[in-house]
Amino acid sequence: MIRAGLTALLSHWVRRPFQLVTLMLGLATATALWSGVQAINAEARASYDQAARTLAGPDRDTLVARDGGAIDQALFVTLRRAGWQVSPLIEGRVPSPAGPLRVIGIDGFTLPSGDLPVTDASEPGDVNMAFLTPPGLLLVAPGTQERLSNADDLPQRQTAEGIPPGVAYADIGIAQTLLGREGQIDRLVVTGPPSLTAPPLDEVAPALARRSAGGGNDIARLTDSFHLNLTAFGLLSFAVGLFIVRGAIGLAFEQRRGVFRTLRALGMPARTLLALLTAELLVLALVAGLIGVALGYLVASLLLPDVAATLRGLYGASVDGTLSLRPVWWLSGLAIATLGTAVAAAGSLWKVAHLPLLAPAQPRAWARASDRAMRLQAVAAVVLLALAALLGVTGGGLVVGFTLLGALLVGAALVLPIILHSVLGFFGRGAAGPLSEWFWADTRQQLPGLSLALMALLLALAANIGVGTMVSSFRTTFTGWLDQRLASELYLTAESEAQAEDLRAWLATRADAVLPIRSSEAQLAGAPGEVFGVADHATYRDNWPLIEADAAVWDRVAAGEAVLVNEQLARREGLWPGATLDLPGWPDAPVAGVYSDYGNPLGQAMVGLDRFDALFPEAPRLRFGLRTDRPEALRTALIDEFGLSGGNVTDQASIKQFSLDVFERTFTVTAALNVLTLSVAALAILTSLLTLATMRQPQLAPVWALGLTRRRLARLELWRALLLAALTFVVAVPVGLVLAWVLLSVINVEAFGWRLPMELFPRDWVWLGVLSLLAAGLASLLPAIKLARTPPNELLKVFAHER
Amino acid sequence: MLIVKDLHKSFDGADGPVAVLRGVDLRLEAGQTMALTGDSGSGKSTLLHLIGGLDHADSGTITLDGSDITALDDAGRAALRRDRIGVVFQQFNLIPSLDVAANIAFQARLAGKHDRDWTDRLATRLGLTDHLKKYPEQLSGGQQQRVAIGRTLAAKPSLVLADEPTGNLDEDSGARVLELMLALVEETGASLLTVTHSQSLAGHMQRQLHLRHGRIDG
Repeated sequence: MIRAGLTALLSHWVRRPFQLVTLMLGLATATALWSGVQAINAEARASYDQAARTLAGPDRDTLVARDGGAIDQALFVTLRRAGWQVSPLIEGRVPSPAGPLRVIGIDGFTLPSGDLPVTDASEPGDVNMAFLTPPGLLLVAPGTQERLSNADDLPQRQTAEGIPPGVAYADIGIAQTLLGREGQIDRLVVTGPPSLTAPPLDEVAPALARRSAGGGNDIARLTDSFHLNLTAFGLLSFAVGLFIVRGAIGLAFEQRRGVFRTLRALGMPARTLLALLTAELLVLALVAGLIGVALGYLVASLLLPDVAATLRGLYGASVDGTLSLRPVWWLSGLAIATLGTAVAAAGSLWKVAHLPLLAPAQPRAWARASDRAMRLQAVAAVVLLALAALLGVTGGGLVVGFTLLGALLVGAALVLPIILHSVLGFFGRGAAGPLSEWFWADTRQQLPGLSLALMALLLALAANIGVGTMVSSFRTTFTGWLDQRLASELYLTAESEAQAEDLRAWLATRADAVLPIRSSEAQLAGAPGEVFGVADHATYRDNWPLIEADAAVWDRVAAGEAVLVNEQLARREGLWPGATLDLPGWPDAPVAGVYSDYGNPLGQAMVGLDRFDALFPEAPRLRFGLRTDRPEALRTALIDEFGLSGGNVTDQASIKQFSLDVFERTFTVTAALNVLTLSVAALAILTSLLTLATMRQPQLAPVWALGLTRRRLARLELWRALLLAALTFVVAVPVGLVLAWVLLSVINVEAFGWRLPMELFPRDWVWLGVLSLLAAGLASLLPAIKLARTPPNELLKVFAHER
Repeated sequence: MLIVKDLHKSFDGADGPVAVLRGVDLRLEAGQTMALTGDSGSGKSTLLHLIGGLDHADSGTITLDGSDITALDDAGRAALRRDRIGVVFQQFNLIPSLDVAANIAFQARLAGKHDRDWTDRLATRLGLTDHLKKYPEQLSGGQQQRVAIGRTLAAKPSLVLADEPTGNLDEDSGARVLELMLALVEETGASLLTVTHSQSLAGHMQRQLHLRHGRIDG
C-alpha cells in the first residue's frame, strides 16, 4: 500500500517538474541566505574567541595602573625582584598598508612557554634570535602575513599558530620602539602565585591594581548588536523565501486533493497518507537544504571580506576574511530548511488531515475558505500592528526593538491582501466598460493566489525603504558631522616630542592656529574608553557637534571645571549635563555637554588641555590640528622643511574620504542583502505567476472565447502584475518609513549608542518603485508570453470534452 | 447563412497526426436550427469550434454571411466571436468574478451592442431577475446555463453555437432551458447549430446531421 501510495503521490512531481523546481528553489534560496549569514556570524565569533584567548585576553589576572595610564618598566623589575610572577605586556596599533595592525609586545623570558606562539619555521633557534634582537620579528597568522606583504616599513614577519587575524606578536622591546613608547608597559600578566616571601601588592606597587580574570570578551559584546542585525536580515530573507515554499506546497497539495481523496477512498488510512506526505516533504527539505547550504557557503564567502572590513572599521575587531566549513552551520542550515518546510507545510497538512472523504462539488469552496481566512488574517494583522504601536510608544531595549520590527512587518504583510482587496473593489466600482469591470473583478479574484508573493514583495520593499532611509539618513548626518568635527584643515603627527616642539615654533607664524590633540586610553565609568585634551579655541566652540550642553560649556571645559562626553557614553551610563563622570584622578568630573561621535564604539571624554596634562602627564604630545587658509602650501612646506612623510601630514579631505570609505564599506553587506531579498521576492512573484498560469486557463478561456485575442489577454495579465506591484509598493512606503524610524530611534540607539535624525529621500523611493515594477514586469513577462502563445486547442480543452 | 465546404482538421496524437474532420460540408440557412449528432470522438465539438472561430482548420472554408472565417487572422476571429457569433458551452463557462447581471451583459458590451431593455427582457424571460446580484457559484446548474444563454443572446449574434447545452442538466431543467433557448433564438432571428448526443434534444431542431468518423453521414 505504501509503495502504491508513494507512486501516486510522487507522480505529481514527475508530471509537474516546474513546480518541483519552484519548491526546491524557494527552499534552497531561503536556506542559502539564512545559512550564509550564519556562516559569517560563526566565522566572526570564532575570530573574537581566538582574539580573547590571546595574552591580552580575560583568562589571566593582570596588574594595571590605578590611574588607567601606562606602567613604568622599572616597576616590573621591582615586582619580579620582590617575588611576583608577572610578565610585561604592551599593546597598540601601528599603521600598515593593510590598515592598522594590532601589535602585542611580550617578554619571552617571563611568559610561560605554553603561552608562547608556536612558529611554523624549520629552525626555531633562528626565529628566537631574530625575535629578540633589533630590527625584530613579528609573529603573525598566515592571513595577516599575506595582507602585510607590502608592509616594507615593518619588521620581518614569520607565521605562527594560534595568532588572531590582524594581530602581530613582537618582543616587548621591539614593540615599545614600534609604538614609540620606550620604557612603558600597559599591564602585567600574573603568570603564577607570588613567592611566599613576596610582599603584598599594596606595599610593593601601590599604584597598581589587580584585575581578576574573566572580564568578558569586549569585542564579542560590542559586535553582538551588529551580528544581531545581520541575523535579523538573514531571518527576513529566509521568511521571504518561505513565502515561495508555502505557495508551492499549497499549490501542490491543492492540485493533488483528488489523489488524496482517491487514496483515502481506496482504503489508505489518513495517518498513513499524512506520514507519506511528511516523509516526502522531509526528503525534499533535506535535498533543498543541502543545495541551500552550498549556496549559502558561496554567499558567505562573497560577503565575508566586506563584513570583515565593516567590523574592522566599526569596532576595530579583526576577522579573518576567509571562510572555513564548520559542521555547526551546515547542520543548522539543514535544520532550518526542515523547520521552514514544516512551518510552510503545516497548514496544508492540517487540511489533508481534515479532508472529508466525499467533498461536495463546490468549485468556489476555496474562495469561500479564503474569505474566512481573510477575516482571521485581518484580526491577526490588527493585533500585531497594535502590539507594534504599543511597543513603539512604551518599549525600549534591543529585544523589544526587534519584537516591534517583527510585529510591524508580519502585521503589514497580513494586512496587505485586505488593503488590496478594498482598493481593487473601489476601482472596480468606478470602472466603465465591460473589460475594465472584468479586469478589476478578476484581479481581485487572483489575490488569494498571489497574496503570498505580494507579501514577500512588501517585506522586501519595506526592508529596502527602511534600511535605505536609515543608511541615507546616517550618510547625510555623518557627512555633516565630519564637516563639523574635522574643522582643522591639516592634521600633523610629529615623529618625536622634540620635533613636536620645533614644529610648534615653526608653525607659530605660518598657521592661523595650532591646536594640540592629546589623548589617552582610560577607564571611563568602569569600561575601556578614551580621554582627549582640547585647547580653548574658537574652532571647537564654533564647530564641535554638541547634542546637549549647559550654559558656558566651553568656558567651563577650558577652565578645567567640567568635561564633555560622547553620546555613546552618555546614553550607556546616563551621563547627561549635570551628572558626574568617574575619570582616573578626577572621580567626580561634572558633565557639561554631550557630543555626537558616530562610528566609535568606545566611551570618550574631553577635558581642557591643562587639566588633561595634569591627569595624563605621560600622554604623548605629538599630534596637532592646524588651521590655515592655504593647506596645500603649508603641507608641502612642512614636508620639505622637516622631512616628514606624507602620512605625518594629512589633509582634511583625505581623512574625510577615509572615514566615508569606512562608512560605505560598513553598509555594503546591508546593500547586498537588500538586493538579494528583493531578488527573492521577484522570484516569488515569478513562481506564483507561473504556477497560477495553468490554473488561470479556465478563467481566461471564456473571455478569449467571447472575443478577446490571446495577445490582449496577455497584455492585461502584464498590466495586472504591474498594478499589484505598484499598489504593494504604495503600501510598502509607509511600512518602510516606520521600519526606518524603529531602526534609527530604537535599534541603533541600543546597538550602537547613537540616535540619528530621520531624513526622507523620495528620489530613492521612486527608484525602488521603478525597480519593483521592473521586477514584477519581468516576472510576469514569461507567463504573459506563454499565454499569448497558448495554442487555441489548449484553451479549447477548457470547453471541449471530446474531439 | 453558414456554409462549410470540405473542412479538414487533424490533431497531433501520440502516434502521429489524428484526422478528426475529413472533409465536412454543411449549409445552415439564416434563422434555421440544426442538430449535429454523432458518437464520442466523431468530431462534433471540433467542427463547432472551427465554425465559432475558436480554432483554425487545416483546409476547407467556412463562410458566415459571405465572410470567409478561415481566412481571418487571430484578431479577425476574435472580432467575429465578439460581434457575430454566440457560443453556449456545456460547462456554462461564466466569469466567476462577475455577478449575473454583468455576465449577461458582458459580451454585448464587449461588442458595443449593449441594449439595456433587451438585456432586462432577456433576464425576465430567463427567470433570472431575482438572481442578478448573485455570483455564478451561488446558482444551480440550470440557472447558470440560463445565464450563459442570456450572455449569448444579449449580443444578438447572427449564429448561435451550442455545445451540449443541456448535457450538465437534469431532464426537467434541460427541457426548460432548451425550450427557452429555442424561443429566444427564434425571437432574435439567429441561426442555431447545436452539438448533442441527445436524440430528444436533436428532435427539437428543424434539421439533423449525423457526423461519423469526421464526415457527415448520408
